[in-house]
Amino acid sequence: MTPRRFGPPWPHLLLGGALLAAFLLTRWVTDPYANDVLTTIGINVILAVSLNLVNGYTGQFSLGHAGFMSVGAYLSAAITLLLGPSILGEDGGTPWAQNALFFGGLLVGGLSAAAAGLLVGIPSLRLRGDYLAIVTLGFGEIIRVIFQNIEPLGGALGLNGIPNYTTVGWTFAIAALTVFVVGCLINSTYGRGFIATHDDEIAAEAMGLNTTRYKVVAFVVGAFFAGLAGGLYGHFKMSITAASFDFTRSIEIVVMVILGGMGNTLGVILAAILLTLLPEVLCPIAEFRMILYALLLIVLMLLRPQGLFNFRRSHR
Amino acid sequence: MISRFRQIAVFSLLALLSSVLHAAEADPIKIGEITSLTGKEAAYGQSAHKGTLLAIEELNAADGVLGRQLKLITEDNQTKAGESATAARKLISRDKVVALLGEVASSRSLEIAPIAQSSKIPMVSPASTNPKVTAVGTYIFRLCFIDPFQGPVMAKFAHEDLGLRRVAVLTSVSSAYSVGLSKFFKERFLSEGGEIAIEQKYSEGDKDFRSQLTAIKATGVGGIFIPGYYSEVALIAKQARELGITAVLFGGDGWDAPQLMQIGGAALEGCYYSTHYSPEDTSPAVQNFVKNYKARFNDETPDAIAALGYDSALVLADAIKRAGSTEPDAVRGALAATRNFMGVTGNTSIDADRNAAKPAVVLAIKYGRINFFKSVVP
Amino acid sequence: MEFAQQLLNALSLGAIYALIALGFTMVYGVLRFINFAHSDVFMIGAVVGSLLGNHLPMGTWWGGLACLLAAMAVCALLGVVIERVAYRPLRDAPRLNVLITSIGVSLLIEYLFQNEHVFGAAPRPFPPVFPSVLWQWQGLSISSNQLIVIGVALVLVVALELIVYRTRIGTAMRAISLNPRAAQLVGINPDVVVAFTFALGSALAGAGGVLYALNYQSVEPLMGVMPGLKAFVAAVLGGIGSIPGAALGGLLIGGIETFIGGSQFSTYKDAIAFALLILILLFRPTGLLGRRIPEKV
Repeated sequence: MTPRRFGPPWPHLLLGGALLAAFLLTRWVTDPYANDVLTTIGINVILAVSLNLVNGYTGQFSLGHAGFMSVGAYLSAAITLLLGPSILGEDGGTPWAQNALFFGGLLVGGLSAAAAGLLVGIPSLRLRGDYLAIVTLGFGEIIRVIFQNIEPLGGALGLNGIPNYTTVGWTFAIAALTVFVVGCLINSTYGRGFIATHDDEIAAEAMGLNTTRYKVVAFVVGAFFAGLAGGLYGHFKMSITAASFDFTRSIEIVVMVILGGMGNTLGVILAAILLTLLPEVLCPIAEFRMILYALLLIVLMLLRPQGLFNFRRSHR
Repeated sequence: MISRFRQIAVFSLLALLSSVLHAAEADPIKIGEITSLTGKEAAYGQSAHKGTLLAIEELNAADGVLGRQLKLITEDNQTKAGESATAARKLISRDKVVALLGEVASSRSLEIAPIAQSSKIPMVSPASTNPKVTAVGTYIFRLCFIDPFQGPVMAKFAHEDLGLRRVAVLTSVSSAYSVGLSKFFKERFLSEGGEIAIEQKYSEGDKDFRSQLTAIKATGVGGIFIPGYYSEVALIAKQARELGITAVLFGGDGWDAPQLMQIGGAALEGCYYSTHYSPEDTSPAVQNFVKNYKARFNDETPDAIAALGYDSALVLADAIKRAGSTEPDAVRGALAATRNFMGVTGNTSIDADRNAAKPAVVLAIKYGRINFFKSVVP
Repeated sequence: MEFAQQLLNALSLGAIYALIALGFTMVYGVLRFINFAHSDVFMIGAVVGSLLGNHLPMGTWWGGLACLLAAMAVCALLGVVIERVAYRPLRDAPRLNVLITSIGVSLLIEYLFQNEHVFGAAPRPFPPVFPSVLWQWQGLSISSNQLIVIGVALVLVVALELIVYRTRIGTAMRAISLNPRAAQLVGINPDVVVAFTFALGSALAGAGGVLYALNYQSVEPLMGVMPGLKAFVAAVLGGIGSIPGAALGGLLIGGIETFIGGSQFSTYKDAIAFALLILILLFRPTGLLGRRIPEKV
């Protein structure tokens, strides 16, 4: 029994390379359109890879990823909007100060999303998978209603005038970090607990693993990165409303994970890139995008439940 | 069928000819339009788009602007939150448009505005009435009155014309338009000496308004102000009548869509709403527009949103003409300098806050049709 | 009087939730999975009712009942087709895969109907197929529509109870739910039972769709989403797998929602159903009338 390898070899070198590439990309990509597409790809990769930790590796089924994203988006934007003027002063501050503020905002957004993940995870993760699906979906709705009704958080108007801090560099750096953290986590001894939970919960419990704890940890880590993605999204779109993080958004991320293959990080990254580029390349498809996603879900489950890019034998 | 085929053949021949003729000229001026052609509030998007399209076609038939044809590039946001921002980025960075037209709903205009502002591309909203839209920055304009004007108009109307002293308000909390209009109405109605007996709230997409209406009914008010969009207003009216509420319902320009009467029907008898123009206006400009619109879009009567969509394209074209170039900064300057432009929705002058001070029209629903009631000048 | 009026509103809303919740509960009882597409079957019931209703004379009893029965028949057939095409091939697959498939089916129906060439996303009015009368009594308005909703729901719940507890197929359903393998050993064909369960549950959802559209007067492709989710919460509240539990849960959720809707917290009503769900799962995962089913290894 050799242990299964999940991640790429030399993860640290790869991370360093990816960060360097991200830095260089910011210098090279000047065309605004390419910039927009690449940023969207980066954000989707973060979302899909982090959801894969929950839905793929740990075998739970969350439908509320957009909810955690909105927590991150709102709180990071609140930080940069409220604290920005007092920290940066009248002249807008140096780029360094702006980026430091942005980083602080992202961190707050990510941590708040993680806290929300803990709050949702503890009651629902003790239960069977399908309850979790409904509870996370419901959580997304609760969050939406709360943001919509609380005036200081924008209410119906949402938050507007968010500074445009998100760059391709930031997005790719965080995407690389997400892939690295998820990869290392899965390959650690602790991460074997996720896999065990996924493969056979009852056997894992019998071996003395606390499966609920593993599920909660996976859930919280996933929520943290979704929060980061939300922060990037808010500072990219410059205005956010509660309604833009609805159930449809969560489904889009779920489709990326299932298409890539649950528990296959590389496949999920490819799927995220593919599904972001598809509507851009094929304009007429935009109208039928969601119909296509729905068909993809059904056909994949019937014919290829292990996903499109999973060429390893299924371990069921 | 044959004639249809022939029409298409002739039309495509003409198109081919015109494209051959124009190939020698400069490339067209690209104008981006973001609107809700599909989805829950498609009626607005369809109206605005048809009005804009008619204006662009008329301008192109009259040799375009600065000797160049205008090319309208339309993006549909499907009435979904978040889609308008994506569409705006796409139009600005991929299609390199010189200006943006849109949106009707204030919530969606607020998504587009920051992107237009930071990319320094002028944006003209035909019908968003929430004051925050143009407050985003110096590149954002609108062609309609704002809710701080519309709310008081309806408050005064309720107080003086309808003689109401106690009213209820039913607001949508998830639309920027509704929240703003509701606020300005309440302030004015209270200062007129009226009383807001109860305020109830709902969210976009709700179907069941019975519980809110039952609470309103218990207060016994004579009128209910509903600052909402037609899709909900029609249902609210029907359910109110089913609960035996006889109070008069009244609201703002969000009511103005052909679908309001199609869904609401008899339940709306005796109700009033304020909007930007009336197709019954006898001025030659309006009658001419109504005639052309009907001829172009199989006998549909243009509503206020269509008229504003039409005007928005004309005002933009006029600004490009006066600027003498398609350079966004020059166009922005010319837009800000728009004075006394005579459109179908009245005399348009852009003020220092980039808003247009326009008269409001109050329409009455009587005998199953919509009639002109009065006009209120700012 | 306001209280009595709200009670009537609550009953008519709760009755519809109960009808949808019954379908969730029956499918869960037999197959142990949440059929996400159930709320879209509810929507299709309303669409069928409205399309047919436009061709029937308005305001007659037989027209209204024809509408109702047609919607139920179409939905029953649709339920069987969905089960046959999308769920049966996955009978032995992990339950998560079936859940994902049902989400796929749900989205497919929703977005197909939202397409402008099929139905379009804009809401359409529902024709007044039943006779509509309004009784005013001491400030209380009783509309015939609300009474029809409550009456029809009551009849259907009683009929369902009779089917499940008084017929052979009902006994087979309960047997499959209790122990699928033992049921097959005594000669019960699970395929037939599952198809029947889907037909029954979907017919109830279709009836619910017509009644909902009758009560709130509009039809659109996403109309099933929120009622469907709330009905699921109702099924969990009553105890998933329990028929009287689903009816009770529906009435409770309808009541809570109506009374919150009349207060100043009306815009929180969608969130409250889900908050309640989380609370139930925390403190009493089996619901009010549910039995604990041990997990088999």
